[in-house]
Amino acid sequence: MKASNPFWKPHLADRVPSQMAAELEVFENEIALKKQGKIEDRVFAETRLRRGAYGQRYDNGQRSDGQTTKKLLFPSEETKGPNTLWDAPGMQRIKIPFGGLDAPQLEMLADLCEEYSDGIAHITTRQDVQLHFIHIDDTPSIMRRLASVGITTREACGNAVRNVTACPIAGVCREQVFDVTPYAKAIAYFMLGHPDAQAFGRKFKISFSGCKDNACALARLHDFGAIAATREINGRIRRGFELWVGGGLGPVPQQARLFDEFVPEEEILPIGQAIARVFARLGEKKNRNTARIKFLVTKLGIAEFKRLVMEERQILPYDPAWTAFLKSVPTDAELPLKPPSLLQIDAAWPANSDKANFDRWRATNVYSQRQAGYATVTIALPLGDITATQLRAVADASRKYIKETVRSTVEQNLVLRWVSEADLPALFEDLKKGDLAAATAGTVMDVVSCPGTDTCKLGIASSRGLASELRTRLTAQNHTMDEAIRGLRIKISGCFNSCGQHHVSDLGFYGVSRNKNGYTVPHFQVVLGGEWTHNAGAYGLAIGAVPSKRIPETVERITGRYLAQRSVGESFQAFVKRIGKAECKAMLDDLMQVPSHDLDPSFYTDWGDAREFTIGDLGVGECAGEVITPIDFALVACEREVFEAQLSLDSGQFEKAAAMAYESMLHGAQALLKFKFFFAPEDADKIVAEFRAQFYDTELFFDPFVRGKFAQDFFNAHDDGGRAASPESAHQLIEQAQLFIEACYSCYARMSATPSKVMA
Amino acid sequence: MIDPNQVQHINIKIFVENPVAIDLADAIPVFHNWIKNSVCDEMLVDVADYRHVPAGPGVLLIGHQANYSLDHREGRLGLLYNRKDALPGTFRDRLNQAFGAALRATELLEDEPPFRGKLKFNRALTEVFVNDRLLAPNTDETWQALKPEIQEYFPGCVVERLGEPRDLFRVSATTR
Ligand code: SF4
Repeated sequence: MKASNPFWKPHLADRVPSQMAAELEVFENEIALKKQGKIEDRVFAETRLRRGAYGQRYDNGQRSDGQTTKKLLFPSEETKGPNTLWDAPGMQRIKIPFGGLDAPQLEMLADLCEEYSDGIAHITTRQDVQLHFIHIDDTPSIMRRLASVGITTREACGNAVRNVTACPIAGVCREQVFDVTPYAKAIAYFMLGHPDAQAFGRKFKISFSGCKDNACALARLHDFGAIAATREINGRIRRGFELWVGGGLGPVPQQARLFDEFVPEEEILPIGQAIARVFARLGEKKNRNTARIKFLVTKLGIAEFKRLVMEERQILPYDPAWTAFLKSVPTDAELPLKPPSLLQIDAAWPANSDKANFDRWRATNVYSQRQAGYATVTIALPLGDITATQLRAVADASRKYIKETVRSTVEQNLVLRWVSEADLPALFEDLKKGDLAAATAGTVMDVVSCPGTDTCKLGIASSRGLASELRTRLTAQNHTMDEAIRGLRIKISGCFNSCGQHHVSDLGFYGVSRNKNGYTVPHFQVVLGGEWTHNAGAYGLAIGAVPSKRIPETVERITGRYLAQRSVGESFQAFVKRIGKAECKAMLDDLMQVPSHDLDPSFYTDWGDAREFTIGDLGVGECAGEVITPIDFALVACEREVFEAQLSLDSGQFEKAAAMAYESMLHGAQALLKFKFFFAPEDADKIVAEFRAQFYDTELFFDPFVRGKFAQDFFNAHDDGGRAASPESAHQLIEQAQLFIEACYSCYARMSATPSKVMA
Repeated sequence: MIDPNQVQHINIKIFVENPVAIDLADAIPVFHNWIKNSVCDEMLVDVADYRHVPAGPGVLLIGHQANYSLDHREGRLGLLYNRKDALPGTFRDRLNQAFGAALRATELLEDEPPFRGKLKFNRALTEVFVNDRLLAPNTDETWQALKPEIQEYFPGCVVERLGEPRDLFRVSATTR
């Protein structure tokens, strides 16, 4: 869509790391091949998902206007996935490992949200950033610009290792056992694109927490949740992790199981790799509803699961990356920009300033670090949204007060770490100028919400609309609110998939619909008493569904009752448990009623949406994409190599073209071997020998008409060393390579139809 | 060397004269109706509500070729036309297209029932942006290249460059 798209590549040529540049070129070529109809929809969908390019509501080309569902007449009828139109806007998810951001990255996000999106960058509940309403044709430019500041979108979606999260105050936390940042960073980059993490049936989420009791990293709702621990071994204090596996939210929430009380630091990466292998090998692939690792752990039992993982660990080939990062752990810590200082209000306070608001802000948004004289400041973002101008203001503040040590949080906020305490008043004033000093961090006003029906294809009700409404109402009561209520948390999901993490909130809500009086009415299921602390220690209880428009009243009633009837020091969770589910429901019974349409039509629309409510806009989720096996990807890569060979030939490089065509054949053969035996040799001679034995001599590769011709072409190309004597022979080799790849596809299809796969 | 005729993605903002008189929530049903009745030349897709973001993009009508919004950036409410799709022709043709679309949208909005008699745009002040930092960074060079074109398009107006280097290239054209 952007006229500048062709120019970013040369413009950033010296600023994009070569590995990333090569990956992006691959992605661009895949887009080109898709446009030529050479990649299947489902394969391309998973390809773009693995680059973080996600579908968005209405991308099937249909939208209800409240009365009827109409076709959206996008210019092109081409698709970018099953039932997903090419021109329909999509979402770009951007991975931010452990939430770490520096000033150039913040500025880049500002530029991107302004130029390609709707002017907003959205912080997610997994410390990612999302841009909405993005055209797929713009994604390579976006990715290239991100790569120029060291950010990758690789594996931000799809059946892959998603963004690795960690406590946003890791390293500065007063309660931490040790700083988990280097470990989170190490595993994030170790698993990125790792061959053992490419064949999952579903996504895989990792988090690192610095302690057991606080909430920050929510370890127990993760597939792989590591909590910092130490142990004395042979008289030395050793670092390690209490490791939890198989947790998850979604329609079947499950708390993670304890895998090991202490995995030593040098084992955390290889154990992660071994878990990935077991998950890839034994996890469900066909039914995506039961494909998360939690189902495998339940099916096998944690003891058997662990046995298999440890068995796998024993046979893993040694990788120096497992421990290489440990050398820099002691020196890797962030540094402050300024010396420590103590806040002396009278001295530090600027003239004509706003002391009362500063005090309120300091009470909620400022955290005294373990390092005396320093504080971490939270910037509370409404629904996780931040504008380009604000991102630049945060970048400026991060240069002025700290060494650009900014992190995103799972509560959809940003934190500035290492603020010298005497700078707090000046920082507050600067943030205030950018509307970034709301004194709501970690309070009931800081409502968390997933995108819901605003942009998500699976959204049932408007989680953001509701969150915005609750935020407005609660903020209006800010000055008079009881501290017991102020400290509660509200989290909202647009559907049962739980992206808003409603299970681990005092008051959680997720969107549902109910048919009433011949209409569909937006509702939210009320979930009470989830535990945010203890790393998501307990999940809340579903009480019943209340019409969307009555949720604010529901919040008022529940919090009012808590305030009136709690015993001294009783937590909200304890209160909910004490009065019981039946009483909670009875409290809401009258609110569950829906007035007739004639009496109050507003109940039949959703928050922030004027249209009569419908669930007709629900699409098919891409949360984890299709289950695409590694061979699907490998064969697409082969096709791309043939395509690139053609480009080389067109530009007069016939020798290079021939070599690339031969390489594509070699990779096709290797992909078939991997599919049949799970592993395949890397050496060309061995690949050819194995392929000959397993596919040619057995006639498994034979075409019904030309029999072994395509394989013979491959053997000839190998004998010639992938060389061509002239442009004509290079051209011929490219054609042979194309046919060989087609034959690989046919062979794969035949093997899939007659299951003969042998797992090594 | 910037060739004005290579510059695309021209945005136009026309400011609201009396922002306190209107409730931005009213823009939501209005924009939904615009989608339903295909009111604009562009293919319209959805409405995005960012009223919760202070000095943010306000309420947006997302289209395929362009977005329209009652935009609140810098705390200044106005109609923003954001051209997303490239257009043939010269810089002047594109400026003319964007300005025409924005102007028409202001007239339509002033005439919408919830806004009638309350919403009034100040057509004596227009801001022109280029929403593409590669084609038109906010530099002296871009200013030299585009100023004559913009000045010619807004005869009799004072044309001034705005913003800092990180911002989009942006100028205001104010009737003398
Ligand atoms: S919880 Fe549902 S509506 Fe919200 S983002 Fe996840 S899938 Fe979409």
